[in-house]
Amino acid sequence: MVSALINVPAKAKRGEIIEIKTLMSHVMETGYRHTADGEVVPRNIITGFACRYNGVEIFRADLFPAIAANPFITFSAVATESGKFDFEWIGDNGFAETASASISVE
Amino acid sequence: MKAAGTIAVAALLIAADIAASPLSATEIPQGERRSGYSFMSPDTKAMQNDDTANPGMLWVRDGEVQWNTRSGAAGKACADCHNDARASMTGVAARYPAFDRELGRPVNLEQRINLCRARHQQATALPYESRELLALTAFVAQQSRGVGIEAGTDPQLEPFIARGRELFMQRQGQLNLGCTNCHDDNWDKRLAGSAITQAQPTGYPLYRLEWQSLGSLQRRLRSCITGIRAQPYDYGAPELVELELYLMSRAQGMPIETPAVRP
Amino acid sequence: MREQDKSTRRKFLGLAGGAAVLGAVPIVTLRPSEATPAMLAAAIRNVVGEAVVRTGKIKLDVPPLVENGNTVPMTVSVSNPMTPDDYVKSIHVFNEKNPQPNIGNFYLGPRAGRAQVSTRIRLADSQKIVAIARLSDDSFWSASVDVVVTLAACTEEVI
Repeated sequence: MVSALINVPAKAKRGEIIEIKTLMSHVMETGYRHTADGEVVPRNIITGFACRYNGVEIFRADLFPAIAANPFITFSAVATESGKFDFEWIGDNGFAETASASISVE
Repeated sequence: MKAAGTIAVAALLIAADIAASPLSATEIPQGERRSGYSFMSPDTKAMQNDDTANPGMLWVRDGEVQWNTRSGAAGKACADCHNDARASMTGVAARYPAFDRELGRPVNLEQRINLCRARHQQATALPYESRELLALTAFVAQQSRGVGIEAGTDPQLEPFIARGRELFMQRQGQLNLGCTNCHDDNWDKRLAGSAITQAQPTGYPLYRLEWQSLGSLQRRLRSCITGIRAQPYDYGAPELVELELYLMSRAQGMPIETPAVRP
Repeated sequence: MREQDKSTRRKFLGLAGGAAVLGAVPIVTLRPSEATPAMLAAAIRNVVGEAVVRTGKIKLDVPPLVENGNTVPMTVSVSNPMTPDDYVKSIHVFNEKNPQPNIGNFYLGPRAGRAQVSTRIRLADSQKIVAIARLSDDSFWSASVDVVVTLAACTEEVI
């Protein structure tokens, strides 16, 4: 069960700077931990995150094992037009998740 | 490394004769009871306050999906009997652990969910600490957020609360410590840099920064018991349920905070 | 993990090389005023190349005493306009004592409105965190904070 918690204001005024909060479920296994038998627990992290606003990329991030589990990323965007924010997370072991949120801009 | 730290400090406590003093069994006066929330830094409190930033909400969201998903041979979802959890589950977590007539003993919320699955959905029990069980428990418990704890008022629970209190008070393990030594007698002092809280279970299941995951009260109890170098009880053991019951009845009146965040 | 490192390094070297070619940066390399462990310096050099890194403009907000090293809230912000001609291109955050020097790279642009990113990071020990911002004119600005961590990032297993 994977889930993302996105927080984008439903409405904004044109030109307003809005805050976008994203929270994605992921263990972000660092690759530096060991089991009781001494085996390394292999790395399993989200490596990249991107946000597109009506198809145009407005924010991107590279994530490393130093990012805490269940990555929480907050950033800003200028509300220019009504439409959709698309979010994408990619990571180790073919991890790929998407989410989206709509905004109405007057 | 953490365990070593605990041993070192406990050794200091023993040396300072604090641990060797007779059990004071001083229960915390009603007016002085504080949730673990009040011991946290402003940043961690902020994490709990904001539902859009609280990682525990990821499990609550998953739990809601599960609530509406058909499960088991009976092909029923929780929603089919309980309808909208926002209405039907308010106050439920606040009175758990509760007495189960059939079993003749108290069960906690996780066990109640599994009993429902077995009895009414003909579904297999969800393993303790599994993501599914944690998510459902978190979702149900979150419906009681803000409701004052009522657990333990049922007279049938008296002998079990008494046993729970005994478990809380007894010295155990290699460090010969009882829960009460820290949580009744030394709360608000510090142990290896962290605040000693009163052990009020107001926010379970909660997101613990140390776990980087949501976890149950039983997980926390098992960690604590291991921390004092005693043998932890298995998940679902009657001792753990009795301890849970005692702790919840000790916290009567305090509001539920699920899903809480703790360091 | 190798693939990721290779492509990232290539990208950064490309950026650094490009910056040098543009002639927007002086030829002389200024050494940072505090001594930093080699890995941290190398990671920073990967991003910045031989460019001058000035202090200022960028601010790192991390609690000075961290409750638990496993999840540390961090906000990095740059006081700079975000107009099409003058904006923050990217923010790179590094650490000193984790097994790896990188924490995250954040790529912005004029459409971001504000150069501010918040996230939660892991810190394995009391250490220095460094954040470097790259502006649209390819100038680099840095800030660093010292954080005290008493409970290091070392997650307990489910028991």
